[in-house]
Amino acid sequence: MGVISKSRKKSPWVIHYDCTSCNGCDIETLACLTPMYDVERFGIINVGNPKHADVLVVTGSVNKRNVRVLKNIYNQMPEPKAVVAVGACACTGGIFKECYNVLGGVENVLPVDVFVPGCCPRPEAIIDGIVLAMDKLDEKAKKMKEEKKKANQSVKV
Amino acid sequence: MGNNLVQNIIIAVIWIVAAPILGGILSGIDRKITARMQNRFGPPIMQPFYDFFKLLGKERITVNQTQMVYVMGHLFFAIASLVMLVLKQDLLMLMFILAFSTVSLIMGAMSVRSPYSKIGAQREIIQMMAYEPVLILMVVGVYLTTKSFMISSVFSESTGPLLYNLPLVFFAFLYVLTIKLRKSPFDFSTSHHGHQELIKGLTTEFSGPQLALIELTHWYDLIILLGLITLFFAKPIWVGIIIALVSYFLELVIDNISARVTWRWMIKATWLIGIGAAMINIVWLYLKMKV
Repeated sequence: MGVISKSRKKSPWVIHYDCTSCNGCDIETLACLTPMYDVERFGIINVGNPKHADVLVVTGSVNKRNVRVLKNIYNQMPEPKAVVAVGACACTGGIFKECYNVLGGVENVLPVDVFVPGCCPRPEAIIDGIVLAMDKLDEKAKKMKEEKKKANQSVKV
Repeated sequence: MGNNLVQNIIIAVIWIVAAPILGGILSGIDRKITARMQNRFGPPIMQPFYDFFKLLGKERITVNQTQMVYVMGHLFFAIASLVMLVLKQDLLMLMFILAFSTVSLIMGAMSVRSPYSKIGAQREIIQMMAYEPVLILMVVGVYLTTKSFMISSVFSESTGPLLYNLPLVFFAFLYVLTIKLRKSPFDFSTSHHGHQELIKGLTTEFSGPQLALIELTHWYDLIILLGLITLFFAKPIWVGIIIALVSYFLELVIDNISARVTWRWMIKATWLIGIGAAMINIVWLYLKMKV
């Protein structure tokens, strides 16, 4: 298990979903992939496929229309998985919080692990958020394993 | 005879263990060189192994019950053809088994209902249609030069390096290598980067350990293909290995400087240039034999 746990921290594959972002946070998120910041040096890849992804990066506030899509993407990701809310809107709803069609931040819909504040956050902050999410991933995997053990024991009894 | 058998088993086991390690390191170097070519720092060389072990630790989600069988088929046929290569067995049979490996993956991708996966599978079939004739012509060329389908005859004393007799076949094989490795400009069955028109094409619906096994098979494939290039200069073998590594570097350059083409363009170009070059070479061999 040591190897897998070590590898998990070194290869987080990211799927990026834009809820109702103004595109500011998206541009900063994609800036992480450019030669300037190059997140691939941490093993981070933007896979664009929920079935391959470990970390869901959400930008923008959730509204009544896209909540279904967001949940669908989250449910398709295999465990262990983490959610990173990037930007003020994704964290709290931001300036759109009081709108009649907006449900607020991502935390109202999904269990968010890391909040990256800012409008918009700098690429360094986003990379830092994803790196924090890696530790969360490992914790979750350990919890998953313990729960599985418990379930197995209860079956035996 | 018994001694020989033990020796063969040992060689096979050593290669079955060593091939994925070599293949993984090579694809790590691939990612590093690609990153440097794009003016990036790039991931550590061990990155493919991190990805592999991480995927093994993920939750097992299967879309249907048979999916895993196809993935296993994909892996086992690739291992079988590697064993045939290192034990210097029949080249023709090796090509067929290698084709079976790809067919297993296509069946796996076809067994799910995702349109991305299905279109990816269809594109893979088109790719096979493009490169299989060239591979068969390569085997024909080897047969005409050595009078045998056995790889061991390539290593025998009487024949010189195949490259002297089969330069155009070698060129056609290099052309096919790009398609086989699913590199740009022919990366349309599984786009190298997701978030494109086909998501991940063929591998869209495979996740966790299944994707890890597909990645493992890819490393085996890489070693088999580089091994086949080595055959073109089998004596002394280190020249062949250098030629194989140089060809791999050439693939990386081509991968980085070219955009994706359409499948029509690929079929036309592969059949015209690939089959054309290989055929000219084989006709030349016939004429040489007549004289």
